[in-house]
Amino acid sequence: MSSGRIFSELMREINEGRFVFTGELEPEKTTDLTEVIEAAEALKRYVVACNVTDGPGAYAYMSSLVASHILQRETGVEMIYQLVCRDRNTIGLFADLLGAGALGIRNILALTGDHPSVGDIPDAKPVFDLDSAQLTYMIRKMVDEGIDLYGNPIHKPPKFHVGVAANPNADPLEPEILKLGRKVEVGAEFIQTQVVFDIDVAKSFLNEVNRFNIPVLIGIFPMKSYGVANFFDKNIPGVPVPAELLENLKKAKGLDKQVRYQKYDEINLELFVPFIKELKKTSAAGCHVMAVGYERIVPKLFEAANE
Amino acid sequence: MIVVKLKPFAEIASMLGQYQSILIVGCDGCSGIYEVGGLKRAEILKQQLEIARELRKGGKIRVKTVSIPRQCDTDIVANKLRREVAEQEAILSLGCGVGVQTLADIYDDKSVFPGLDTMFMGMENRSQGKLFERCKACGDCILAETGGICPITRCAKGLLNGPCGGQVNGKCEVYGYTRDCAWILIWTRLKQRGMMNLFTKFRPFRVNRQHSPRELEKTISVSKH
Repeated sequence: MSSGRIFSELMREINEGRFVFTGELEPEKTTDLTEVIEAAEALKRYVVACNVTDGPGAYAYMSSLVASHILQRETGVEMIYQLVCRDRNTIGLFADLLGAGALGIRNILALTGDHPSVGDIPDAKPVFDLDSAQLTYMIRKMVDEGIDLYGNPIHKPPKFHVGVAANPNADPLEPEILKLGRKVEVGAEFIQTQVVFDIDVAKSFLNEVNRFNIPVLIGIFPMKSYGVANFFDKNIPGVPVPAELLENLKKAKGLDKQVRYQKYDEINLELFVPFIKELKKTSAAGCHVMAVGYERIVPKLFEAANE
Repeated sequence: MIVVKLKPFAEIASMLGQYQSILIVGCDGCSGIYEVGGLKRAEILKQQLEIARELRKGGKIRVKTVSIPRQCDTDIVANKLRREVAEQEAILSLGCGVGVQTLADIYDDKSVFPGLDTMFMGMENRSQGKLFERCKACGDCILAETGGICPITRCAKGLLNGPCGGQVNGKCEVYGYTRDCAWILIWTRLKQRGMMNLFTKFRPFRVNRQHSPRELEKTISVSKH
């Protein structure tokens, strides 16, 4: 990639060959971003950019575009604006992308989005006018050619890098890889993965996608409590939480608050520090750390992993 | 066929509460095949309505029943029902939503009510005793490219470019991982047939969408022998 086509810090650092970290921020059902801003501040020293989720799990939360803008403005951290196809038709997606361009957003993560039926407004109409591959295609048309899907010109086109998601745990994996190939074919520039607990799963996924020759950030999810781990294990099918991790967190559950917090942190560090160290030896471009609500672990995790 | 479901009786009785004379019109087409919309169902409903009215001491109710081959045909609806309709205040249709509207258009001086909920265009599996949605009538069939499995209908998101993150072991996140992911079915079938080029092909945004309400000129006339 020529440096002339680099619009963001995320892509600049990746391009320079640095192993990068990205974080995750989740605006919720509120107009107040104070806590999310604090989370971004806690991550600031360690990450090159932060994803801002777009109604994750089909929950009706604050607009990710608005949150991305406010967070970027208030903290100076570069955002990766997550955009799902669930809620907006092609006109709506296009309009928000122009808005994102005007607000200085430089990275988009183009996602299909969870189906409304799994969220908290389950009877909402599912839109899916585009899918994630088609959204990626449209974004590249906007950026590279300055046009919409019908070839209508854009006055001052936006400058984005577009990333996509993939699930290394997918079973069967082959169609997932093939779908990813299609997204790369239409212009995806980086990949951020679903949560991975097992370094071997990460490694075999990286082997599979090396041929696409685009940067891959492997997703990890430090778990702040047994409750979170148990919920994840029960409710996010396809990404089993390792039994040993669950067991250890469960054992720590009954301890006094101070001791418990310390124990939880130890358990997470024991798992994820070696994971990240090992990941750095692979072809992975970085690690996407989803520690929503668990910013306490962040300094310890990054400092240990960078030793 | 068009798959229908009988409305709960309480709902039907409540819709018809204010009328003294009702014509129940069955349909021998799609809804009739499953005994939801034919003459037999019309007869059962007639008895239920009469009993219900008597129980709540609502006075006499006069219910007549009739069934026609297809409620979605304007000629049939206009020609086969005129006399029966004339004698009644209200019509209860046991046809699909198309049938209800055909009756309402032709007999626009009568109140026409739906006795059924119209569900989808489906396939019947008799051994399972179940009906499965198979077509959304998008007007631009791509089944040749997808191994005869429609992603527009059978993928909950109608995706055109492969499975999403909501599939686990071939099952879909919608309905709690109990139903098949259409794209895993498509992948399996195309692989079997050695047609993976169709799976990996990028399908762009569909253009020339036909917006509702759609119309179609009949191009092939049906000859009458």
